[in-house]
Amino acid sequence: MRISTFVTSVAATLLLTASASAQTVGVTDTSIKIGNTNPYSGPASVYSSIGKTIVAYFKAVNADGGINGRTIDLISLDDSYSPPRTVEQVRKLVEQEKVAFLFQTLGTPTNSAIHRYVNAKKVPHIFVATGASKWGQPEKYPWTIGYQPTYDVEGGIYANYALANVKNPKIAILFQNDDYGKDYRDGFLQGLGDRADELVVKMLPYEVTDPTIDSQILELAASGANVFFNITIPKFAAQAIKKSCEINWKPLHLLNNVSSSVKSTLVPAGLECSKGLITAQFMKDPTDPQWADSAGFKEWSAWMEKNMPNADRGDILYAYAYNVSKLLHMMLNGCDDLSRPGIMACATNLKDVELPMLIPGIKVNTSPTDFYPIEAEQLSEFDGEKWVLFGDVIDLSR
Amino acid sequence: MDRPNPITPGLLIGFAIAVAFGIALPHLVSDFITYQFTLAMAWAIAMLGLNVLTGYNGQFSIGHSAFFAAGAYSAAIFIDHFGWGPYEAIVAAALISFVFGFLFGLPALRLEGLYLALATFALAVATPQLLKFDAFEHWTGGVQGIYVPKPDPIVSSISADQSLYYVALFIILSLMVITWCLLHSRSGRAMMAIRDNPIAAKTMGINTPLVKTTTFGISAMYAGIGGALFTYASEFVSPDAFNFFVAVYILVGSVVGGIVSIPGAIFGGLFIVFMPNFAQDIRLAYEWLPPPWAIFGVFLILIIYFVPFGVWGSLERLIVWTKRKVSG
Amino acid sequence: MELFLQLTLAGLAIGSIYSCVALSVVMVYQASDHFNFAQGEMAMFSTYIAWTFLGMGAPIWLSFVLAVALSFLAGVVIERLLVKPVEDAPILNQIMVFIGLLVIFNNMAGWIWEFTIKPFPSLFPADFGFKSSLIGPHHMGVIGLTLLVLLLVFCFFRFTRVGLAMRAAAANPDSARLVGVSVGWMLALGWGLAAAIGAVGGILVAPIVYLEPNMMAGVLLYGFAGALLGGITSPGGAVLGGLIIGVLENWVGGYVPGGSELKLTFALILIIAVLLFKPAGLFGRVVVKRV
Repeated sequence: MRISTFVTSVAATLLLTASASAQTVGVTDTSIKIGNTNPYSGPASVYSSIGKTIVAYFKAVNADGGINGRTIDLISLDDSYSPPRTVEQVRKLVEQEKVAFLFQTLGTPTNSAIHRYVNAKKVPHIFVATGASKWGQPEKYPWTIGYQPTYDVEGGIYANYALANVKNPKIAILFQNDDYGKDYRDGFLQGLGDRADELVVKMLPYEVTDPTIDSQILELAASGANVFFNITIPKFAAQAIKKSCEINWKPLHLLNNVSSSVKSTLVPAGLECSKGLITAQFMKDPTDPQWADSAGFKEWSAWMEKNMPNADRGDILYAYAYNVSKLLHMMLNGCDDLSRPGIMACATNLKDVELPMLIPGIKVNTSPTDFYPIEAEQLSEFDGEKWVLFGDVIDLSR
Repeated sequence: MDRPNPITPGLLIGFAIAVAFGIALPHLVSDFITYQFTLAMAWAIAMLGLNVLTGYNGQFSIGHSAFFAAGAYSAAIFIDHFGWGPYEAIVAAALISFVFGFLFGLPALRLEGLYLALATFALAVATPQLLKFDAFEHWTGGVQGIYVPKPDPIVSSISADQSLYYVALFIILSLMVITWCLLHSRSGRAMMAIRDNPIAAKTMGINTPLVKTTTFGISAMYAGIGGALFTYASEFVSPDAFNFFVAVYILVGSVVGGIVSIPGAIFGGLFIVFMPNFAQDIRLAYEWLPPPWAIFGVFLILIIYFVPFGVWGSLERLIVWTKRKVSG
Repeated sequence: MELFLQLTLAGLAIGSIYSCVALSVVMVYQASDHFNFAQGEMAMFSTYIAWTFLGMGAPIWLSFVLAVALSFLAGVVIERLLVKPVEDAPILNQIMVFIGLLVIFNNMAGWIWEFTIKPFPSLFPADFGFKSSLIGPHHMGVIGLTLLVLLLVFCFFRFTRVGLAMRAAAANPDSARLVGVSVGWMLALGWGLAAAIGAVGGILVAPIVYLEPNMMAGVLLYGFAGALLGGITSPGGAVLGGLIIGVLENWVGGYVPGGSELKLTFALILIIAVLLFKPAGLFGRVVVKRV
């Protein structure tokens, strides 16, 4: 078994090396090869719906004749959310599969592991699926570009909101003990300014491996805080909302965007308990009736019906993945120069691109000095059934 | 079969062929495949350490990821903070892991079987938490991890991947020879005596605690060296990379290769690197199949059924059986 | 003081889940000397089965009973088909098979039911006639049901012929065989019971942590620790071990500075410390070996 594996992979490599063409790696007159990594297994496997949707999207594009006569050969590999495994899979994509570029590689620790490698190899690493702020450094890492609003800036929005709306705020924070949690936390603390130390009465971490966060919630509630910034992924966000409801702790509850999905977080937590939650959004929640008649929602919904009929359409990740796939589709459509620098130039010259599942008024903008495609969010409050947007779209550009 | 193989002409020839193949390999395959083999050797070194501990000394560990991480982080910290060269850093990593292992071996003396398994399991589970603990963040880089540049080629005519491959090859071959010598020495026999009959070993005057803790240290040292090489190949360390599953991989590799053996570790390393990729390739080819790791699980169970002594152990038995058939 | 009571009661509630898992670990160990790593994933899978029945419109208690019964059957089948071939193999080979089962169950669940978390209803009514801000009705029910399961297990081993035969088969297989006990089937029965108890644990924990393929990973870890803390040879000890760990974990999180960050580490250090002084666990039998 093992020997035959080895032999096949060696043979495959030799064949591939022999047939590599002279023009841009991964691009021929009839095809473009794109690489992606996604956690199809392991602790973050909930995000695998993103990978599946992207694959389905480009399959559908190919069925319609591809992009400018080229079929899209998207290879999506499993990295189990383990950084060394991401390195291995990305090297496989770049060196063995010879992809033209990487798209939507998912996760902060995983992308951190390949950040230098892809930039040293000069492989476009575009629209990464993480909200860390480090993906927008054109001078240092000209081949990596982000996608969604960054966690730290979003943290700042909540800080401003709490300061403006709560008299004598006493703040409790619960955060996931990793890059993602700390980015949000630091952005929030920065937003509070000099008074952060005095305003934050309690700050607790949790680990993804913890079965529950009950003890953290009890402790945060006991601190007497009247503002609660909840930096957790859906499973723990739902636990936190439910538990604080059970023990009758009713602070101003700020929920990070990561867990704002009605279907994945608020329904499990209980809609009654979720009343009054505040979050910042950049996407249309698929369960929200107010978007049901919008053209964008209809487009997405019809696409899902046709291409992923069995998927649970309430899951916002499908909408997320559709949006970003569509962005790549549009970008490639208008891209004449498919050399690697050319692809990067196309990714960094997007002007006011609208995507079907973005909240009206939020558009994609990039430039050679601005590597943050989506830089706006709008606050909303949960009314027991749906998110109700309020205020203006907040521009987050730095 | 539970002793290391004696030196026979057949074994020497086999070893020589394997070494020749090992040396030629990077010139036959791409840098990427070379790098995968380097990873396999890094795992194999850790597995060799576990073979010594479990196979030859009878102490269980499902926590070798902790020592793997200790080596990986020590090397990364010496390079990143103190500007050491990669090879000096491996030596430091080895020593530090040895000390960790030796110290952990002390409480382990009082624990046996399942309880030792639990204690090591606890260690593996706690490792990522400790690595990102705020108080150590200055050294470990916290949740961000540390970037470690790949060592420059030892000679300029080969690539960095090939160079690291040869370093790993040199280390693993040396460690295999050293392990063989160790197991044939007085101390080695003491280790196996403790495994086979602890009470008899004690009555024969073997200093059981010293032998057991030292074995733990040596085993941890191997794991640490493996971890350091793994880090150089991956060019990055972060806490998420050393979760409990890493300990499981090391154990699975050891058993699949043959835990009571020296060469088995190499098969174990190859298994852990190539099997998941193979399962993924099957899945990409046949999309209706269940996910790759389920396929991996099925293969693992089948291998245990059909190759119960691990690859090397079963090979040995096959050779003995054939010889008997031929001679008699 | 209120915080202390809340932490302790929440600890008891989650601890009783650990107890359920610990109990099923002990069952398998008692019946066969196996330490089943896949116990948690099997429990998770059972919970999905119950969820499927719910989705088909079955009431919660019926789904519960059906899932537990099916898990019992599945446990027996798994032992007969998959574990039997390694019955006499070295312990590490058995562990490999369990690890294989673990990854298979975990990945199949994600494949069949996707990874998004699913709300799971409680077996118990929304209130038992009185309310308390200290502990919710589900948590009370969890503690009650776990104790009931323990009582049943105790009676089964103590007062039934099958229970006695199982103990005999585990304690001395050869003699048991001589007096006509089918040792192989006793092992299978042990696996079946363990799977059923695991299913109870899974269905009890799902309303708290939500149903998803990785829901048992953390729970199993504490369950193991509970089983070993209480003594792997003692079902009662395992239940107590699970409860102690639940409470301890909450106290460490609540009162030790930096405790939330290193909750697990502290809990594990304490357990190892206990084991250093009581190597057979708090309530375990010390096995005397003849030389």
